[in-house]
Amino acid sequence: MDFLNDPHVLPWLIPAGPLLAFLIITLITNKAKMVPATDHHEYGGHHPDYDGMLVPVVARYSRVISVAIGMAGVIAALLISWRTLLDASQLHHIGQEVLGSSIAWMDTGASTFNMGVLIDPATVIMLVMVPIAVLMIFIYSIGYMAHDPRQARFFALISLFAGAMLTLVVADNVLLLFVGWEIMGVCSYMLIGFWFEKESAYKAAIKAFTTTRIADVIMLLGIAYLYSITGTLSFREIMYKAETLDLLATTTPIIFGGWTVSAASIIGIFLIIGTVGKSAQFPLHVWLPDAMEGPTPVSAMIHAAAMVSAGIFALIRLYPLFAAGGDPHHGILTEPLAFMAVVGAFTALLAATMAVAQNDVKAVLAYSTISQLGFMMAALGIGAYIAAAFHLITHAFFKALLFMAAGSVIHGMEHGEHHAHEHGHGHDAHAGEFDPQDMRNMGGLRKTMPVTFWTFLIGGLSLSGLPLITAGFWSKDEILADAWLVLDKYGSGAHGLIFILLALAAFMTAFYTMRQISLTFGGEPRSEAAKHASLGQGVVSFTMTLPLLILAVFAIGAGFVGVPSDFPVLGPIFSPKYNAFHHLVIEALPLPEATAAYASLPDYHPKAPPFNIVPVATSFIVALLGLWLGYMVYWRKPLKTGQADPMENFLGPLHPILQNRYYLDDVYIAVFVKPSQWLARHTTSFLDRGIIDALLHIIARVFAWLGDLIKVLNLWLIDGVGDGIPIAIFHFGGWLRRLQSGRVQLYLLLVLAAAVVIGVVLVLSSGAALPL
Amino acid sequence: MLHVFGIDALSVLIFGPALSAFVVAAIASFGTSKQFGRWLALILSLIFALLSIKVFADYQAAGLAIGDEQYIVAQDVAWFDALGARWTLGIDGISAVMILLTGILTPLAILASWNIEDRSNMHLALLLFFETGSMGVFAAMDLMVFFLFYELTLVPMYFLINQWGSMPKAGVKFSGRFYASTKFMIYSFGGTLGMLLATQLIGWSAGTFSMATLIETWPLFRQGEALLGIDVSTVKALAFVGFFVAFCIKVPIWPFHTWLPDAHGEAPTAGSMLLAGIMLKLGAYGFIRLVIPLFPDVWLTEVIIIGVNVATLFAILSVVGIVLGAFAALGQNDFKRLVAYSSVNHMGFVGIGIAVFAQTYAQLWSGANPNADIQTAILAGNGTVLQMFNHGLSSAGMFLLAGALYHKTHTRDLTEYGGLWVKAPIYGGILLFTSFASLGLPGLNGFVSEFLIVRGAWPVFTALTAIAMIGLLFTGGYILKGIRAVLHGPFNMRWRDYNLELTPAELLGIAPLMALMLLTGVYPNWILPMINTTVSTIFAGLAG
Repeated sequence: MDFLNDPHVLPWLIPAGPLLAFLIITLITNKAKMVPATDHHEYGGHHPDYDGMLVPVVARYSRVISVAIGMAGVIAALLISWRTLLDASQLHHIGQEVLGSSIAWMDTGASTFNMGVLIDPATVIMLVMVPIAVLMIFIYSIGYMAHDPRQARFFALISLFAGAMLTLVVADNVLLLFVGWEIMGVCSYMLIGFWFEKESAYKAAIKAFTTTRIADVIMLLGIAYLYSITGTLSFREIMYKAETLDLLATTTPIIFGGWTVSAASIIGIFLIIGTVGKSAQFPLHVWLPDAMEGPTPVSAMIHAAAMVSAGIFALIRLYPLFAAGGDPHHGILTEPLAFMAVVGAFTALLAATMAVAQNDVKAVLAYSTISQLGFMMAALGIGAYIAAAFHLITHAFFKALLFMAAGSVIHGMEHGEHHAHEHGHGHDAHAGEFDPQDMRNMGGLRKTMPVTFWTFLIGGLSLSGLPLITAGFWSKDEILADAWLVLDKYGSGAHGLIFILLALAAFMTAFYTMRQISLTFGGEPRSEAAKHASLGQGVVSFTMTLPLLILAVFAIGAGFVGVPSDFPVLGPIFSPKYNAFHHLVIEALPLPEATAAYASLPDYHPKAPPFNIVPVATSFIVALLGLWLGYMVYWRKPLKTGQADPMENFLGPLHPILQNRYYLDDVYIAVFVKPSQWLARHTTSFLDRGIIDALLHIIARVFAWLGDLIKVLNLWLIDGVGDGIPIAIFHFGGWLRRLQSGRVQLYLLLVLAAAVVIGVVLVLSSGAALPL
Repeated sequence: MLHVFGIDALSVLIFGPALSAFVVAAIASFGTSKQFGRWLALILSLIFALLSIKVFADYQAAGLAIGDEQYIVAQDVAWFDALGARWTLGIDGISAVMILLTGILTPLAILASWNIEDRSNMHLALLLFFETGSMGVFAAMDLMVFFLFYELTLVPMYFLINQWGSMPKAGVKFSGRFYASTKFMIYSFGGTLGMLLATQLIGWSAGTFSMATLIETWPLFRQGEALLGIDVSTVKALAFVGFFVAFCIKVPIWPFHTWLPDAHGEAPTAGSMLLAGIMLKLGAYGFIRLVIPLFPDVWLTEVIIIGVNVATLFAILSVVGIVLGAFAALGQNDFKRLVAYSSVNHMGFVGIGIAVFAQTYAQLWSGANPNADIQTAILAGNGTVLQMFNHGLSSAGMFLLAGALYHKTHTRDLTEYGGLWVKAPIYGGILLFTSFASLGLPGLNGFVSEFLIVRGAWPVFTALTAIAMIGLLFTGGYILKGIRAVLHGPFNMRWRDYNLELTPAELLGIAPLMALMLLTGVYPNWILPMINTTVSTIFAGLAG
């Protein structure tokens, strides 16, 4: 197995483990036993009753083996990733040199489309984050899904999900990235709708898939267009080669050519729309809050480690294309950059406002995810490439942590509800409608679930950007620093606007996070379930707690790889020579020596922004002010049972609007969904049956009528003739019979007559007759 | 070329199934059991499947490069001298792929009809007989022979729908199958009438039916002169219309598609599989094999009133088919009709690919645009042929699955299913897989070809390609609707005591399809080089 030692081949195997695990579980180890559906111990929880029916429940051995195989797959991916990272670190100059290899995948005329893997700085940072986050999610799922009758299927699907994500990460071309991208889309569809009996679940699944597909088909056009201009889709050939970028930036596009945009801009916007869908940006963000219908590990997978990160990662990969033709660091934005900046910043703020008014513990996190992705998108839009990549990584860690901690809370609440019910404490009449995710039913969980509390607190503070010690601070601060620099130096209004919007969004983030922490963990329990909430003992508790602890370390520590080297006090400690993160990631971009020759291309290697007190102070103020406000309103004066949220009074009529997501879903249903359904229903009945077939039926009628007419004619004319002939022959025969009189003379006479006739005919026809 | 007992493989592939059909039908009179008939039919069809794989592999092994002869001719003997028609058989990369598809699908269709009890021998014999017709079309290199087999495929299909089609619904006197089969027959016949005339006209004027010769000579035939007292370009345009309409009906291109939902909806499972999997390809194959090379000038003619050339009109109709096909599928509550409309949707991509192919071919041939982008056209052409193959796999798979459910529940109404996944987990998983292949999920077969077609069409028909994306979006819509209605939601207790899981025969029938879908999605180059070589050779001939 020599090829395993080849660092250029090894990256192929990174996604192989989870993908193989998916196949093995699906084809071999997923075995169910049939149990009566009324058996609640085996088939309880999220599932409906199947009256008197046998239903499949994963067999115990199958559950154990499937989980083990899933774990093996992801651990293999982790180890191979580390090995690859080690190999990559041996390169003299990663970026200029890369690891990777490809195979001939598809013949295209005289050329070939190559499919391959690539390890460059952008891949490296993802390989640090994704396998660890995914492994934590897997560990967590052992406990979280321990009583689910379809746990083996769950592990198969999340393995496929992980495999697709890793494929996307190591892809060396846009097409393979898109393959991973779409397979993840399908996995998320199947996992959101994992409890497929529930109407809300399958509806959310369909919504997620359809919404992202709107973006994906446009992205597909972008890929096709890119391919048709450059003749390749390889990242190295396009994104690292100055001449290709220049070609794209100077080509007049085949559509919208009159708008003086370049082909690069059109392609860029098409590709960005793909991310708008995948990373849930306005106006396609509506699917993500509904995606909470899936089991919580899925939420962590979608919102942290994989799917939504994939959208931003794709933008990071494609960034040189977006910036070609402009120079964001001197305040000149291309159309794609401006598009990203505006959409991102607007989404960051919009989602933050909605998060403030949510009561579902996971919904708040969902909106915060949308908002944070907006931060990254906006950062890329203003050219803060490094900062966006940095925030992508830190966010993945603390958001995975937050989701899993929220999942623990929900699990604990369900446990508490169960407990309260069994021991007769349950005095709320509508126990059946109890919502374990509603924060108004929680409170005081810091006492019953201390580990969850502390880890959630760490994740929450990191999300809020608590200065200096959390990862979230460092990455957010860098975005603001970049925006400020260009505003300050070149008076770029766009950068100023983004700075303000993001600062506002950061303030609200800190506030709603503190609100969430206070409502969930602060004060006294507001329901019996909250009073008895716990994760219990044993495997479930252990596997659901361990990942929280590990991720909490990253939620703090991940920030210190990217401390600006000139940051007072901390800079010299963590970045004595240079900002390690910046130093590494910048190498993913084309070299200045290569781009300098082309007027259309900016310098992709700007210096890290120098220390400036304004953005740092802003980061401090918004985070601390938001946290303080949340603390004062919600922690100091905890909500009592049945008491209205102070926000409702404060926001007044605005509150229901925010809570109902600005009624965007209703608008979409009225404007897009209903008309499409109407059109679908009537395409067949109106067009196919009403017009095309009707026309054919008319033709058929005409011919049938013609046929009837001819039939009548037949009876009257042809049959008249046809029947007439036999009759005539009959009569003729009767007449002829009279000739057969038996008289020889008559016969002779007739023979003679016949001979004469024949003779005349012969003579005439042989041409012997005299010409007349 | 490979020979079997001294007969060339292509002739065996054509006559073998017909002979087998005769044997399978005849043994029923000797009182053999139905089971024996099934096994016999399966084994015989498997032999032909292996032979078609061998033909495919041999072609591949021949290692033709771009610019070599396009065809490998297997057989060329005098046949109908009075007309000038010869028994000429041969294949290129495109027909090799189609022959492979036909060879593979037939035994799977036989497996899918394992449970048919009503005159099962005759049913299976018709499936085999259909294989003869299809093989003949794909292997024919003589226009007359082509026409003969093209028409021959109608016969078994008509009887399959008419005799083994769906049972009448309660309260309805006549089953829809009579309407559907009659509509199918008249539609197809109406189309091929013009084709027959056109075939005769070409053969009579050019003095030969040999496709290889005609492709060289017919486009140049008496240019600028009169034929039958009419301007020759008018005569050619009329001949073009004859072929065009016939193949449009078969593909089907909107608005010639309305026979298809009825025929598919009412046909038995195996009939639908072969209809969607193979028969629709005959039309697309006809376009590529005949209409493009024989009438390059006509494709560039401007259509009166509309003001665009024929190729563009064809692209417009294809895109209308893509979009409306998707909408229509979304509006169905009948599982098989939903899948049937998905064919209109998917074959629309074949249509737009053909339009790109045709326009570029015509521009290069006529010199109207010597700079036409060959690379784009090659990609579109590759995508088109691959899409034909892929649609053959996924539509056959979808019909097998829809039929499997119909056999057990005797209803095709989606609203009567619901939550079946819990009762039929294997069926559910396979339905998901096949549905996503049909949807064009990257990693599975449909994506590769759709991507190639979109790439090829984008620079040529930019706006149309963008509109086609609406269709692609709603492809997702109807696929998810189907999955949702069958698998998701609360279980419909009506089926509580039914066994809805796939039977072993059905499982065996779908497994090879799934394997091929995955293989083509993961590594398209197992098949693409042959298509690519042939398509590139066609264009290389024009450039040089």
